[in-house]
Amino acid sequence: MSTEKGWGMRAFDWFEERLPIVSFIDNSVGSKYPAPKNLNYFWNFGALAGLVLVIMIVTGILLAMSYTPHVDHAFQSVERIMRDVNSGWLLRYMHANGASFFFIVVYIHIFRGLYYGSYKSPREVLWWLGIIIMLLMMATAFMGYVLPWGQMSFWGATVITNLFSAVPLIGDKIVTLLWGGFSVDNATLNRFFALHYLLPFVLVGVVVLHIWALHIPGSNNPVGIDAAPQDKIPFHPYYTVKDMFGVGVFLLAYFTVVFWFPNIMGHTDNYIPANPLSTPAHIVPEWYFLPFYAILRSIDDKLTGVILMFGSILILFVLPWLDTSRVRSASFRPIYKVLFWVFLIDCVVLTWCGAQVAEGLPLILSRVGTFWYFFHFLVLLPVIGWIETPKPLPISISTPVVAKPAE
Amino acid sequence: MRIVLFAAVAISLLGFVPAKTQAAGEVVLEEQEWSFDGPFGRFDRQQLQRGFQVYREVCSSCHGLDYIAFRNLQEIGYSEDQTKVLASEYTIEECCDDQGDIFDRPAIPADYYPNPYPNAQFARASNNGALPPDLSLMTKARPGGPDYMYNLIIGYEEPPTEMAEEMMVGMYYNTVFEGNQIAMAQQLFDDLIEYSDGTPATSDQMARDVSAFLHWAAEPKLEVRKQTGVRVLLFTFIFTVLAYLLKRRIWADVEH
Repeated sequence: MSTEKGWGMRAFDWFEERLPIVSFIDNSVGSKYPAPKNLNYFWNFGALAGLVLVIMIVTGILLAMSYTPHVDHAFQSVERIMRDVNSGWLLRYMHANGASFFFIVVYIHIFRGLYYGSYKSPREVLWWLGIIIMLLMMATAFMGYVLPWGQMSFWGATVITNLFSAVPLIGDKIVTLLWGGFSVDNATLNRFFALHYLLPFVLVGVVVLHIWALHIPGSNNPVGIDAAPQDKIPFHPYYTVKDMFGVGVFLLAYFTVVFWFPNIMGHTDNYIPANPLSTPAHIVPEWYFLPFYAILRSIDDKLTGVILMFGSILILFVLPWLDTSRVRSASFRPIYKVLFWVFLIDCVVLTWCGAQVAEGLPLILSRVGTFWYFFHFLVLLPVIGWIETPKPLPISISTPVVAKPAE
Repeated sequence: MRIVLFAAVAISLLGFVPAKTQAAGEVVLEEQEWSFDGPFGRFDRQQLQRGFQVYREVCSSCHGLDYIAFRNLQEIGYSEDQTKVLASEYTIEECCDDQGDIFDRPAIPADYYPNPYPNAQFARASNNGALPPDLSLMTKARPGGPDYMYNLIIGYEEPPTEMAEEMMVGMYYNTVFEGNQIAMAQQLFDDLIEYSDGTPATSDQMARDVSAFLHWAAEPKLEVRKQTGVRVLLFTFIFTVLAYLLKRRIWADVEH
């Protein structure tokens, strides 16, 4: 083949010299990013979260073109989207279920990080940015749920914004500021819509930082030891194709829900227009908030409940120092491995409790669950790191079985 | 070991708790077979038209159907001319003529189904204080959907002796309604209406038909949703298989 470059390549080179954007992408998620060769399928969920974020932004912008953020018209405009806007029903069901799938994907991503110790040195800042992403997601999802202005929208907004009144001295002022008045009303809906449109773009910015911070140390891996250069393979084509397959499996699940069970994760009460004079029998947040809701309600004192609820997420910021073990992967930590699964079960129990009326057994369980949640982070993790004897670590990723302990 | 013990307790509680709350007893709905169930489900146009007849001749005297316009009835098999004739039987108050006066005009297909009451206060005043809810989204606004509707409509009985004393004035005993006291009296009785397609109008038949109609009213895009879904899923499935084969091929030279 001739080495002479065609005019297309020359034009490309000319552009790359001035703005090397293609090299930038290639360095970020392409052939110039070396990734450990032993990543398992749990490493697909970061890319999946990125995909869902794109789906949410695209469907969200299209929905905003037909949505009216006004207390008298919001509910009706959503029904207009469902009935009269071309493919509006598809946009809305993709967006509403996309929120749920976003949390499913991100929660799996987080638990993968917990299991394989991805938060440990030198990835602490990467971990922090992840927590900030989760907080932004929660705020965005909460405000998005308010927009259809159904009964759960209105009463969910009332309950959650009222939490801030527990803040000493300035609590009531904060609530008035959130509401833009003296009750959840049109001003609240308007500012929630504005913020719901803004925050996803802030989220995109933090995602860029998250990926940047990932590229400094590189990806963690199931063995948890630093990958040697010979144990790395280029992200493209190896992980792009693996992610492509993961995207396919994810879409099969997502589309099954969107097309056949579009309301399964929603609450029937949200198909009743908001009515400030009629309180629903049970006000329940969306499923992805249930564990935190259970923690909130496990304590009678409002302020303590609010502190515990926010604390349950904020505690993740200091996790890299609460976990005193230097071994990353739970595969080599016999005690932590058990604790991880107990913690996962604890979160599932709290989720269940959050959906129940806070009395009797669910209340007792949410108290036990809340205690265990903090006990896990504040006591067990620091102590286990000291007393646990980890299994011997392999010398390299390629030789994980060589380092078997002597008989 | 404490940890293992706790895990065992947590797991056994998980299995045990839901079973218990179920036993504590919500109303069990008698589930019906609907033509729109299942992955390829479709509406039965004849049934929807019968259901519309029930709504029009019975329910519509108290319940609105705010999100359904006459034009939408073409989706359940009426011709454009039929919807024009149907609409013209209703009168719409229009604001305003050149003099600024409100005037009456016959409805056209673009008009929405007129609400029986001018406002909520009027509706309450006419119904012993109770507000008949709009039915456009009813099957999506109640757990159980069309099954709930059907069971509610035929769920009228004499109150059991222990409830008889508690019944409030003007309330009726219903096996499905939350709290068992409903302000709506039983509406459907055998042969209350005469179906234009000759189907015997038993109360059971009418309840099933109107529930199906209301499910169409709540989710009119159900058919196109499921049909699109089949095509999308088929495409995604093939994409996934190809991606998997490609992945295997590209990874063939990596020891892992």
